[in-house]
Order: sequence, then structure tokens, then C-alpha cells
Amino acid sequence: MTAAEAPAAVAVVKERKRPSLVARLPTSPIAMTGIGLIVTWIILALIAPFLPLPPPNQQDYASIAHPLPSAAHLLGVDLKGRDILARLLWGARTVLTVAPIAAISAYAVGIPLGLAAGYFGGKIDMLISRLGDIILSFPIIVLYVILIATIGPSFLNIVVAVVLASGPGIARIVRGLTLEQRHLDYIAAAELRRENALYIMFVELLPNCRGPLITDFCLRVGYTIITIGLLGFLGLGLPPPDPDWGTMVKEGTAMISVRPHMSLFPAIAIVTLVLGFNLLADGLRELSLKD
Amino acid sequence: MTTPLLSIEGLRVEYRSSTGAVTAIPDLTLSVAAGESYGIVGESGCGKSTLLMAIMGHLGINGFATAGRILFDGRDLLQASAQELMRMRGHGISMVYQDPSAALNPTMKIGRQLMEVPLQHDGASPKEARARTERILTDVHLPDPASVMARYPHQLSGGQKQRVVIAMALLANPKLLLLDEPTTGLDVTVEAAVLDLVGELRDKYGTALVYITHNVGVVAKVCDRVGVMYLGDLVEEASVKEIFANPRHPYTRRLMACVPRLDHDKHTISFLPIPGQPAPLHARPQGCCFGPRCTGFAPGLCDRAIPLEAVAKGHLVRCVRHERDDLFAPAPQELVVPVEARDETVLAAEHLGKVYDLGGTLFGMGSGRQLIANEDLNFEAKGGEVIAIVGESGSGKSTFARVLAGLQPATSGRLLVLGQDLAQLGAKQRTPQQVGAVQMVFQNPDATLNPSHSAGFPVARVLRKFGKAKSGRETRERVSKLFEMVRLAPHLQRQRPGRLSGGQKQRVAIARAFAAEPDVLVADEPVSALDVSVQAAIVNLLLQIQKTQGTTIVFISHDLALVRHLADHVVVMYLGKVMEIGPVRALFEPPFHPYTEALLSAVPVPDPTVESKHIRLSGETPSPINVPKGCRFATRCPRKVGAICDDVVPPARDNGDGHLIHCHIPLERLRQVEPIFQPEAAG
Repeated sequence: MTAAEAPAAVAVVKERKRPSLVARLPTSPIAMTGIGLIVTWIILALIAPFLPLPPPNQQDYASIAHPLPSAAHLLGVDLKGRDILARLLWGARTVLTVAPIAAISAYAVGIPLGLAAGYFGGKIDMLISRLGDIILSFPIIVLYVILIATIGPSFLNIVVAVVLASGPGIARIVRGLTLEQRHLDYIAAAELRRENALYIMFVELLPNCRGPLITDFCLRVGYTIITIGLLGFLGLGLPPPDPDWGTMVKEGTAMISVRPHMSLFPAIAIVTLVLGFNLLADGLRELSLKD
Repeated sequence: MTTPLLSIEGLRVEYRSSTGAVTAIPDLTLSVAAGESYGIVGESGCGKSTLLMAIMGHLGINGFATAGRILFDGRDLLQASAQELMRMRGHGISMVYQDPSAALNPTMKIGRQLMEVPLQHDGASPKEARARTERILTDVHLPDPASVMARYPHQLSGGQKQRVVIAMALLANPKLLLLDEPTTGLDVTVEAAVLDLVGELRDKYGTALVYITHNVGVVAKVCDRVGVMYLGDLVEEASVKEIFANPRHPYTRRLMACVPRLDHDKHTISFLPIPGQPAPLHARPQGCCFGPRCTGFAPGLCDRAIPLEAVAKGHLVRCVRHERDDLFAPAPQELVVPVEARDETVLAAEHLGKVYDLGGTLFGMGSGRQLIANEDLNFEAKGGEVIAIVGESGSGKSTFARVLAGLQPATSGRLLVLGQDLAQLGAKQRTPQQVGAVQMVFQNPDATLNPSHSAGFPVARVLRKFGKAKSGRETRERVSKLFEMVRLAPHLQRQRPGRLSGGQKQRVAIARAFAAEPDVLVADEPVSALDVSVQAAIVNLLLQIQKTQGTTIVFISHDLALVRHLADHVVVMYLGKVMEIGPVRALFEPPFHPYTEALLSAVPVPDPTVESKHIRLSGETPSPINVPKGCRFATRCPRKVGAICDDVVPPARDNGDGHLIHCHIPLERLRQVEPIFQPEAAG
């Protein structure tokens, strides 16, 4: 055996497999509770059209006088005699579409900005970060109200508002994660094979940001659900008569002292869904710290 | 025989985690007498730090000492109450950790942190505590203790911080001092001074030491007795002279053969790396823990429990076949015959300089401060040569590496690679051929590969970017070839870096660099973060690849023994400037530049019978923002001539054969020095 052959054995080390973050999710009770809540809502939203429920906008004038939960209306009816359960489930379809789409759009804007700011630094960083600071210095609620009140409530406009309000925060997180890696040797190695800036940002830098970003995404979807509810509550939600949880809470407040269930049930819906996303985020963070 | 100060009997330490329990130390017995200096040597993961933590009772929430006793002064530390342990740490045992900056609280002044020890443990009055602290700071040779006490940790250099930490440990008047790699992050000249200090304090206070290190040279310098650990087992224990003269355990033998020495080079000897890797802790081999990597492994003999056996007085070995020298003698190995340098200049630096503008003035008025990283670098390298750049931290050697690779442009001078001036060109401005011609291997194995991509990915990417492979199939074939060249199993191409060891990651980095078929490979301390046995393998690998490819290697290092082994030419840098340059043989013989001489004398020699000349540098490396006007080394030079050194840039004195020494002292006088290394008078 020559010295040249000796290190050939540097090969197989049987290592205990370290499962990925997602694969370890079942070991976290917190994350699993969150997933349970979210999945329950998704299933309910999906099967809503097939359940033996009255259409969400159908008014049952006969039951207006007896709005409390009954066999015909499991969660009762609202002021206009519409079935609350049906409206909750159909409302879930809206919320579960708008919130993730809005959050993904915010990421689609925030990630490139953050990557550019972190990777290029200098004037580009200055410009992006200061613009973001300006937007972030507005109280977020005021920002939403001004925006929606100006451009009008609609599916698209809510997405636009969320992008504007969340984008800078996401950019800031991504910038920080990028700065941590910017001077690591694998980035230098990529530069030494003449990779262009876009490649380095999206192929070399972005994948290593995914851990914190997944957690942040879950939290942000939760916040967006709250925002949509809040806009509805302020009368800036999706245009009526389609069901919207925030709007339902607001409509119920007129009768809250005598018929609290009209506000309570949609409020519980918002709380459980947001809680689901927050618990999932907590669980993910805990798992990622556990190593 | 008197009772030992520290006696560990049948200690077993386990770590429990969600994936199950692993045994870090299965069954360890050793003892340290009062006033003795006991060294524990082993490579990463051998359980040496775990042992110290067990003695200190700091195993953490998932570490448990499940069997055995740790007797200190006759009392079992594992059974002691928290209060007793507290008292013990106050008066019996102190510890010096590896990273001095992590051991000091950054928000507290040095004085307050140190005075806490006598105030807390002895109930001393503030005045007494201050007096004692000042005395101990004088003992660790910190100039002006009062001013040191008024400073915060970040205002001290690394070497000073380690002195403060040692002072803190000594304030408790310990009978036993535990040192966990206390000099690992320090420059070699600082390390030498700290080691001197440890020896001196030991003589003065009679403290027993347990000294943990991976550096065999350090052990030879400070220890009386040595224990070699492998996979949590003590495999050999002997006096320091015995273990160097007559290592018995196959692991010790192989380890010693991996250590670079100043009296060998690549023309006379090749490193003999240890094949394989240590078994993971959860899959500890049956019987001899070194069995799977041992050339003398015999089934039925070595796979049973093996006791520590006394082979001579005080010499214990855990090997049943230790007498069979024939089994372990290094196989007659093929010398990696180094390539002959070709007679063409591949790389040349001419008056190359790199200055960082720090700005620093408000609103950009006036002239900003400048950090001079490199100044007036001149040297050239022939094709197929290994040129080493040596220096301590702050010498500007890494800056030069980055300029050469194009990660930063130079600010002045010319840098010729294959005749083309690349000095002012970053990688983006260089042509693909120019970028491909200079590739780099980085220092930190953990940062060199993107954790999100498989090991094969960057290699394939280089092939595609430089047009070395056209089709997907060709790329895959070439990647496999490159992995074969760096001796990595093909299936590792698909592994993420998280699954690879440090040595494997560096191999991938080497494959990545050679994928571009460079003319010049810049290796920036490629092995400094690796264990010596892995280091030996990587150095061999580099030399072998160089032999087939004829690449010129620029090898940046702080390790003079390693440089001695593999370099053809050496450039010694200090504070951004070249002090001495020349062929490797000329550089390691008189005449020396005074700085080179100091560096050489500071190298811990892995041989306890050799006495190094005692040259210690005083003071600290000056800031590169405010460099000395004349000779850069003048402020610390032990052979300073006079005012001329401070004011006039020294001339290059030509010793022939390209050996230049930048010094005011004439060559004749530089030549009249005693040899740096001498066998002990008795020997």
C-alpha cells in the first residue's frame, strides 16, 4: 500500500440520519396542534359546498326572530337571517385564499429587495433600507386604512396593501440573513466561477435563509388573517354580501349585548385559525433551535 | 507512593439526546500527582474536553457521569454537593478555557472581574483583593497592572486576554489547573510566550496541570506525563520523553508520523496519514477502538476488551500486539516525488500594494485614515512551484490571497499571471480564462461549501461555467473523476456538506478548485482548522495533484513546520511587508531575518529532547493603520540596531539564490547566530 492509496478509505462514515425540519415536525406537540387547527379549517373550507348547508347569502326570514343555534341552523343565524355556520365556512374559503396569496406576494416583493440590499450593499442597500424604514415608520393600521380607503376594498387591493405593509419587514429579515452569509467563503467561491449576481442571490444565498423565513411566513399569514378581519371590522373588508369574518363580527356588534353569538362565532373562527399559524411558527422555531 | 491529587477511576460519561444515548468516555482511569503536569493529547471528538468538563462538573444538561469516581484530594467530585463543588472551584481546581474572549465578561472591567475571585471565595476586603489582583497580573507579565484593570476585555489583545484568564484562574490559588487548548487561537510567538508563562507559574506556585491539546509540540514543551486519548479511551500513557522516543500504541505511532517537523521536507519524507476516520460514538467498535483503522488488527485478538497493560515503568498501553513493531512500522512508502519547477514564470508580483480606505473623517473632509494591508510585495513563482507565504495574524497574507484570486482589486503595483497584469481586476472584470487560471481553497471547511447544495454541485457548476464539460453526462463523468482524484467515495457527491467531516469538505473544495484546471492555486490556510492526521492527508493530496497537473501553489500558512515540509520558496511577511524571501532551505538556515528567527524559535518542537533558542518578542504587533516608518518590525525587534531601524526602510540584502533579507544588519552579522534547535546537553 502506498501513501497515495492510504486515504482512499476516507469514505463511508455511518452517521445517524438527521431528519429535516419538516420530517421532525411530528415530534413537536405545539407544531402539531397548530397544523391540526389549520388543516381542520382547510378541510372545512374545501368541503363547504358539499355540506347540507343553506347558501351563505340565503336569508331565512322565518328564523330572524329566533336567531339562536338550533337544529336547522347549528350556529344560529345573523341579523339578516343568514346561516352563521355556512357563512363561516364560506368565509374560511376567502380568508384561506386571500391571506396566503397576500403573504406570498409580499415575499415575492420583499425577498428580492432584501437580497439585493444585503448582497450589493452600498447605495442600493441605503436606498432599499431607507425606503423600507419610511414605510415601517407608519403605524401599520393607519397605513392599511389609508390605503384601502383610497383604492377601495377588493381582493386585489387587500393583497396590494399587505404587500406594501409587509414587504419592507420581509426585506429587512432577508437582508440580515444575507449579510450573515455575504462574506462566507462559498459566496467567494461562487464569485470565483463567475456566477452572476442573480444566481448568487437566488441559488447561493436564498436557500440558506429558508429556516427563519418559513417561521416568519407562518406568523405573517396569521397577521394577515388578523388584518383582513380588522379591515372587515372597520368596514373596509371584501365587498358585501359575500361572507367575511371581520365583517360578520362587526355586523354582530349591533346586537352584542343580547345576541353575542353573532359576533362570538366569527371571532372564535379568526382566533383559532390565527392561533394555528402562530403555534406552527412557534413549533418550527423551537425545532430549529433544538439542535 | 503518595496519594495522587486527582484520581479518576473507571469514569464513564454519556450524552443523552432525542436520538438516544452515546458514550463519550466508556471507562477511563488516570491520576495526576500534586505539582505534576499531565498532558492529554487527541484529535477532535476524542473526549478530551468532555473529560475536563466532567472534572469541573460542567457536563451540561444532557451529559451524565454514569459510573466511576473522580477523586480530588480524596473527595469524590461526582458525589459532592453543589456547595462543596463551589468551594472546590474556589480553592482547588481552576480552569482556563480555549477562547479567552468568551471567558471574560465584555461588559465588566478586567479589575472587577478578577477581584470577584478573592472577594467571593476568600471574603477578602476590596483593598486586599485589589492588591492581590495587581500582584497576580504582575506575575503573568502584564505591563502596568493598574491600567489593565481599568480596561475592558475588548481593549486587550488575544494574548493579553489569555494572560488575564490565567491570572484569574491562579487567583483562586488552585492546586490543580485545567487548561483546555489555551493557545490554540493564538499566533505562534504569542503561544510561545503563554507556554513560557504556564511553565514559570507552575514552578512558582507548584500547581498541578492538566493540559489538553491537539498539538503534539506543545505537549513536548510543557508536560511531564502524557495520556493519548482516542474515542474516549486512554490508549497510551507514559512520560513525555518515553512517548516521543518509544510510542507503542499504533494510534500514537501513526499520530506522531503525521506531525510536520522542521527537520524534514517533501524531498525526504511523505506524511503517512491514518486511513479511515474515527468511528462515530454511537457505533463504537468492539474491543480496540482503533481496530478498524489499524494495520495490525487481528480478528479474535483485537475485538475483545483490551486492558491497559504496563510495558515499562509508568508506560501503559492499550494494545495486545504492541510488541509487533513489524505490523505498525510505516510501510515502505512511495515518496511523493515533487514536481520539478518549470522554467517559466507563472506568477509575479511587482510592487504590489493594497490599501483600505477607512474614510473615518466626518463628511469626507480632510484625508481619511488608511489601513495598509500589503505594501511593495515583490516575488515570482515558477510553474509547478509551491510558494509559501508565512506570517502571523495581521501580516496581510490573506489579503494578498484575495487580491490574487480577484476577490479584491489591488491598489498599486502589478500582478502578473501568465504574463497578464491582473492587479486592478476583480473576478468580474477578468476574462473567464483569467479567472479560471487562479482558483482558491479557503481556510474554514465549514464555510467553504454552501450548506444547501450537495457536495457535487459546486464542482459540476465550475465545469459548466468554464466550459470544461459540455453535456450533462460529460459533467457527471468529470465530477466523478475529480472526486476520485481527491479520494472521496462517489456517493458523497449527493451528500450535503452537513454530513461531511472537515477533511472531506476540504477535499471537495480542492476538487472544486481543480475543476477549473487552474495554473495557480491559492490555498489560504487550507489545513489550519483540521486535525494533524487529516492535515497530513490533505497535504499529501495537494502534492499528488500538483504532481500530475503541474499547478503552481501559493500556500498561505502560519505553520512553519508545515511550510518547511511542502514549500519550495517562502515569503515571510510582517505587517503587510516582506521581511525575508528565499528558497525553503536557505530560509531555515542562518542568516535569518530577526523576525524569522523569532518565529522559528517560537515553534513548539514535537521532541522533548530538543531545546529551542529562547527569543521572545515583546510588545504587540503595531496597528496596520499606523505603521512604523522605517522597518515594520523595528518596534519589536530583539536585534534592533538603533534609530536607523525606526526611520529608514531597510535594504534588501542578497544572500544569493534569490534569498533576500530586508534588514539593516549586514549579512555577515546575521550569519553569526547559534542554531535555533539544539539537542539537550545531556543527550
